[in-house]
Amino acid sequence: MTTTADEPDEGMKARRGFVARSWDFARELWQVLIRPSSVFGLGVLVLAGFAAGVIFWGGFNTALELTNTEKFCTGCHEMKDNVYAELRSTIHFANRSGVRATCPDCHVPHNWTDKIARKMQASKEVWGKLFGTIDTREKFQDHRLELAAHEWARFKSNDSLECRNCHSADSMDITKQSPRASVAHQRFLFTKEKTCIDCHKGIAHHLPDMRGVPGWQ
Amino acid sequence: MMKRFGIALLAVAIAAGASSLTAQTVTSGLRGPTPLNDEGPAPPMTPMRNTSEREVRNYPEQPPVIPHSIDGYQVDLNGNKCLSCHARARIAESKAPMVSITHFMDRDGQFLASISPRRFFCTECHVPQNTANPPVSNDFTDIDTLLSRASPGGRR
Repeated sequence: MTTTADEPDEGMKARRGFVARSWDFARELWQVLIRPSSVFGLGVLVLAGFAAGVIFWGGFNTALELTNTEKFCTGCHEMKDNVYAELRSTIHFANRSGVRATCPDCHVPHNWTDKIARKMQASKEVWGKLFGTIDTREKFQDHRLELAAHEWARFKSNDSLECRNCHSADSMDITKQSPRASVAHQRFLFTKEKTCIDCHKGIAHHLPDMRGVPGWQ
Repeated sequence: MMKRFGIALLAVAIAAGASSLTAQTVTSGLRGPTPLNDEGPAPPMTPMRNTSEREVRNYPEQPPVIPHSIDGYQVDLNGNKCLSCHARARIAESKAPMVSITHFMDRDGQFLASISPRRFFCTECHVPQNTANPPVSNDFTDIDTLLSRASPGGRR
């Protein structure tokens, strides 16, 4: 690449130099990669690749599982002092049978592709943590509607999938429900007119300012 | 002399009364046989009445009781869970009774467009019912029973 008289800028020249050098490096690397190895045997390469693959995948999965626990979620005071504290008094934490939902049960999709997509979105939450977007109770309250709206939208669009991972409409015995619940589920849930989140907002955490939210005053 | 004897007698009487009170087991519907200076075991909590069937008011002014469980219902500045069924605009879908029109009135009797702030907190007047047996009996008589009595005058 050459610089013309029209572009006398020194910085531009340096950047072009960097681009050119990177390109050369990439080409060299490519040449190494496509040429057959003259030192290692094919078996060694295959086995080493296999072992590296196992280690990479295992590590990836371990990291994924490690960041998918309540301990990890409540490691930050933002979650521990706000949403986790609120969860503790609800039926999803304390109930007669002792079966409880942890953070990822509701907030991270269980199947792999959706989970990875959600994990990628969560990089914005890392940004929020670094810059202290909700590092006080007041800031958290200010963002509460926005944060809740994200979750409501996600539940609405996937037909409350994370609720249904435990609460199956097929397994619901409406004769064991209160008359009110049984009527509502027959009218709205079984007919697929509504999904869980349409009625069951604010069951695990406190509600944001609900003015303007459909169905609320 | 007489006065001093009187005071001594009174002191003895109070002491005797106090000791017999502490020793006595007073059986009352609320306390059970626990002595007055002891704290008895808390009775187990009984479930809420959850029939969803409207209950008769005992007198015309009585705030209707809530015939269903309201566990975890949030009623505060941010929202009112009760109103997501009982609000004017919600009853068509929910089939729940609408909040009375009196609840739209401010304290000067002027009707507002929505629930008056002073009527916002439902459980100040409306309460859910427990399935517990009343520990104290109640001989309350409904006004209609009184009105329809053949002869005037009290039963008591």
